[in-house]
Amino acid sequence: MYKLRATIWKDIIILVRDRVGLIFMFAMPIILAIVITATQNSTFELVNNNKINLLLCNRDTGTAATEFAKGIKDAGMFKISEADKKIDVASLKLLMDKHDALVTIEIPADFSDKLKIHANATAEKALKDFGVEPDTLTTATDSLPPVNMLYNPVLQSSFRQSIQGALQSVLQMVQTKQILQSLYAGLNNSPMPDSLQQELGAARSVIREIPVSKTGKAVIPNATQHNIPAWTIFAMFFVVISLGSSLVREKNSGSFLRLKTLPTNYSMALISKQFTYLCVTLLQAAVIFLLGIYLFPHIGLPALSIPSNIAGLFLITISCGICAVSFAVCIGIFAQTQEQANGMGAVSVVLLAALGGLLVPAFAMPQSFKYLIRLSPLHWGLEAYYSLFLEGGTLKHIVLNLLPLWAITILLQLIAFAGLKKKNLV
Amino acid sequence: MKDAISISNLRFSYPGLPEPVFENLNLVIKKGSRFGIFGPNGAGKTTLIGCITGLIKYQSGSILLNGLEVVKNLQHIKKQFGYVPQDFSLYPELTPMENLMFFASWAGLNKSLSKKRALEVLEILGLSGVKNKQVKKFSGGMKRRVNLAIGVIHQPEILFLDEPTVGVDIHSRQAIISYLKKLNSEGTTLVYTSHQLSEAEELCDDVALFDEGKIRVHDSLPNLLKQHRHDGLEGLFLELTGKKFRDS
Repeated sequence: MYKLRATIWKDIIILVRDRVGLIFMFAMPIILAIVITATQNSTFELVNNNKINLLLCNRDTGTAATEFAKGIKDAGMFKISEADKKIDVASLKLLMDKHDALVTIEIPADFSDKLKIHANATAEKALKDFGVEPDTLTTATDSLPPVNMLYNPVLQSSFRQSIQGALQSVLQMVQTKQILQSLYAGLNNSPMPDSLQQELGAARSVIREIPVSKTGKAVIPNATQHNIPAWTIFAMFFVVISLGSSLVREKNSGSFLRLKTLPTNYSMALISKQFTYLCVTLLQAAVIFLLGIYLFPHIGLPALSIPSNIAGLFLITISCGICAVSFAVCIGIFAQTQEQANGMGAVSVVLLAALGGLLVPAFAMPQSFKYLIRLSPLHWGLEAYYSLFLEGGTLKHIVLNLLPLWAITILLQLIAFAGLKKKNLV
Repeated sequence: MKDAISISNLRFSYPGLPEPVFENLNLVIKKGSRFGIFGPNGAGKTTLIGCITGLIKYQSGSILLNGLEVVKNLQHIKKQFGYVPQDFSLYPELTPMENLMFFASWAGLNKSLSKKRALEVLEILGLSGVKNKQVKKFSGGMKRRVNLAIGVIHQPEILFLDEPTVGVDIHSRQAIISYLKKLNSEGTTLVYTSHQLSEAEELCDDVALFDEGKIRVHDSLPNLLKQHRHDGLEGLFLELTGKKFRDS
C-alpha cells in the first residue's frame, strides 16, 4: 500500500508543478463553459427578448398590405425602419446597411389586389362546394403574390427560419382574413362588420410551453443547464492532453528504464496515474459546477440549478471521470511521442464531442450518424447528465444511460492492458 | 570467491538482424569484484547489461545472478541489483528527496527505511543542502549524483553502472568514484561500463573487452596490461579493436 501511496504522491507533485498542464485542464474548460454559455444565452435572448432590425418597404397602398405591415410591427420581434415605397432594390440594399438592418421586407405594389383576387377565387370555390352560387365569378391568379425578404448573408439559417416563421404567421392571418371577408360578402352580399373582424382576429389559441420531466417536477431549461454538463464532460476528457503526454513522457524517459529494473509491476504506475487524474476530473466538475452556481448570475448568465439527486450526480461524474482517464491511458500507451499523444488526444476528443452531441444536438445529426453517436462516450455521459439536469431522471434513468458508458470504459481498459502486454510493460 | 553473475552459452539477436549480437557467450563475474566491461560503440555492452538485468529477453543460454536464473526469478532478482543508466533516470520535476522516496518504495523499502537511506545517501554524495530543490535546476554533475543515489538507495548486492560519470565536473566525478569504492569495500559487486578508460583503470580490478559481441580478452587489469605490454587501457583497447570508427 505504501508503494501505491508513494506513487500517487509522486504523480500529484508532478501534476501540481506542471503549470501549463493545469491551465489546460482547468482554465481552458472554464473559459469554454463561460464563453459558450454566454454565446448561447445571448442567441436565445436575441431570438426571444431582443428585437431584430428590420427595414420595411411597403410599395402597396392597399388594405391587405397595410394590415400585413401592421402585423409585422405587432409581432414584437422586430425593430422596424420604414423605407420610401418608390426606392429601387439597389438603394434598398444600401439603406439596409445604413439602418444596420439584417432583414428587409419588400411588399410589392399589387400585393393587396392580387391577394384580394385570390381570396375571392378561393371563397367562390368554397361557396360552390356549399351549393351557393356567387353573383360574380372571378378568374383566380395562379399563385399568391410573393413578398420579398432581403437578408444579410451573415444571418444564419436558424435565424432566417425563425424570422420566416413569424412573417408567414402574419401573412397567413392577412390571407385568412381576406378569404373570410370574401366568403362573408358572398353569403350576405354585404361587407363583414368591424366587430366580427376584430373578434375573428382576436380568437387565437395561445401556445403554452411546458417542459416535460421524468419525475413531474418542472425544470426550466436554459443555456446554463444545457452547457455546464456538456462542457464539464469535455473538460474531463481533455485530461487526455496531460495524462496521455505524461505517460508518453514517462515511457520515453530514462526513469521508465529504471522502473522496469525495480521489483514493482508497471501497472502500479498506471493505477496511480488513473487515480490521480480521476481526482482531477472530479475537481474539474466541482469547479465548473460551482462557477455555474455562484459566478454565472454575477455575469448576467442564468445560474446553474443543481439537481436534488446528488448521489446520481456523483455517479455520473465519477463514471465520466473513469471513462475519461481510461481513454487518456489508451492514447498514452499507443502514442509514440508527446506530439502524437497531444494531437491524437485533442482531435479525437473534439470528434467524440461533435459526435456526442456537445457541439450540435444529437437529434439534429443526420440519420447516417445515428449509430456513430452511440460510440461516443461523451454522448452517454451527456445523456446521463441531461436526464438529471433537464429531465429530473431517477437513478434508473441515469443507470440506463451509464451502462453503455461503463461498457466503453471496460473496453478501453482492456485495450490499454492489451497494449501494455504487447509492449512487455506488464 | 562466489560468482555474482554467471553467463553460459548466451545467444541473443535483435529481431530482423541476420547476425546475433551474442553467440555462445560465457562470462563469470566474481562477488565483490569491480568489473569493467569495455568495447567500441555497438560492441554489445548495453545489450549484455540489458540481458543480465532482465530488460532484454535472450533467446537461449543461461544467466545466473547470485545463483538464480534471471528469466525464472526476475522479480526476486530485481531486489538484488541496482542499475544506474547512462541517461538521467529520474523525475526532474521532483527534488532529490522526493525522487529517492519514490524509487525506494518501488524497490520495496518501507517509508521510514526509505527516508533513513535517502538522507544517508544524499549526505554521502554531498546533496543534503539541495535535497528539497527540484532536480531540473541542477547541474549535470549534481544530476549524475542523484542518478547514482537512486541506484543504490536499496543497498543492492550488485550494481550496474552505465557511464556513471559522463559529462560531469571533476569534483562530482571524484565523489562518485570514491562512493563506488566505498560501496565495493562494503561488499557490493560493481559492473561498470564506460568509454573513460583512465577512470576505469582507477576503479576496475577485473576487465573484459568486448567487440562485435565477443569477449576479446578477460582478466584482471594488471595481468592484461602485463600480457599485452601496455601502460594503460587505452593502448590495449586500440590494439585489440583497431583504429577504425565504430559508429553503428
